[in-house]
Amino acid sequence: MFTATQIVDALVKLQVTHVIWIPDTTTGSWEPALESCAHFQLIRVCREGEAWALAGGLLIGGSLPIILIQNTGFFESGDSMRNIVFDLRLPVFAIIGARNWLSASSSDTARRFTLPVVQAWDIDFEFVTSPEEQEKLVSHFCKCRSANQAGILLLAE
Amino acid sequence: MNQADPGNTTPHVNGIDVHAALQTLVELRGDHHIVVTNQVSSRLWPTLSDHPLDLNYNPSAMGGAIPLGLGLAIAQPNYEIIVISGDGSLLMNLGCLVTVVDSGVKNLSIVLLDNGQYEVTGGQKTPGHNGPTDYAGLARASGFSHVHQFVDTSDWQRAAAVSLSGPGPRFVWLNIRPQPGDYGKSVGRPIQQQMADLGQRVGVPAD
Repeated sequence: MFTATQIVDALVKLQVTHVIWIPDTTTGSWEPALESCAHFQLIRVCREGEAWALAGGLLIGGSLPIILIQNTGFFESGDSMRNIVFDLRLPVFAIIGARNWLSASSSDTARRFTLPVVQAWDIDFEFVTSPEEQEKLVSHFCKCRSANQAGILLLAE
Repeated sequence: MNQADPGNTTPHVNGIDVHAALQTLVELRGDHHIVVTNQVSSRLWPTLSDHPLDLNYNPSAMGGAIPLGLGLAIAQPNYEIIVISGDGSLLMNLGCLVTVVDSGVKNLSIVLLDNGQYEVTGGQKTPGHNGPTDYAGLARASGFSHVHQFVDTSDWQRAAAVSLSGPGPRFVWLNIRPQPGDYGKSVGRPIQQQMADLGQRVGVPAD
């Protein structure tokens, strides 16, 4: 969906200061580019629940982080996300890989629950399902920044 | 006394009084310290301190205080961040010790109030309540270079400042005596106000 160069260019354009991530098989190849970019810091977390709180602390402290995780980690981190986004009302933005979305015949339950769970949380989201929709990252991020609200970009994998 | 009740056999019975533990921190903190509390400490700290750089993280998600403090430490490298966490919260998120070290921050201290209980929910035992869990060892094994442990109030009072100085990240393990209280109540400034006050003090432009 995105090459490493494309994702880094987009994050630089958005003036993101920190990328908080746990890689998956799709986004993992971006690591060298994310790590070597001088415009933001790559922060590795052990579990996705850490990512939301860490992003919250960065936002309170005046930075502009983005979370980059997979849908499985999004499921796991629900309570942390709930607290940071809904209790503290911090406008965290996350890019979430939708595992096996592009495999229509997949029986992966992570695929099955992705949309219902994201919709249930009622966070403004966009879904990039083809390379032609890459611009949604920039436009949705900017929309959420302008509205000072949390946002999610689902990334079909 | 029910023989099955381990209340008098835990290593916490003769631990440090939680109020004394926190008061020691209140007295040593300066205007360059951001203090993040949660769970029990977020209810007690506002009774001892009302500083614009206090962030009593309540409502919180258990296990979230250390990563939240880490975010502050990264965003505000000219401030020293002290995160006060309970043992129950740390156990929910032990990996955060590794995350802290990997981040490379030097301006973060974790003060662990270990009372062996989930005190807010009524004092149920944590999985680490019975003594063998070595939180200092966990911190060292995660890469913390400055690790201290105190079981006595006067020792803590005497060495607190030294424990929280020098290059971080730092980890302080306090053996705390369980002290039931009315921890359901929130006190102090609402969290939104605290975040705004903290942001203003450290120079974050208001949205």
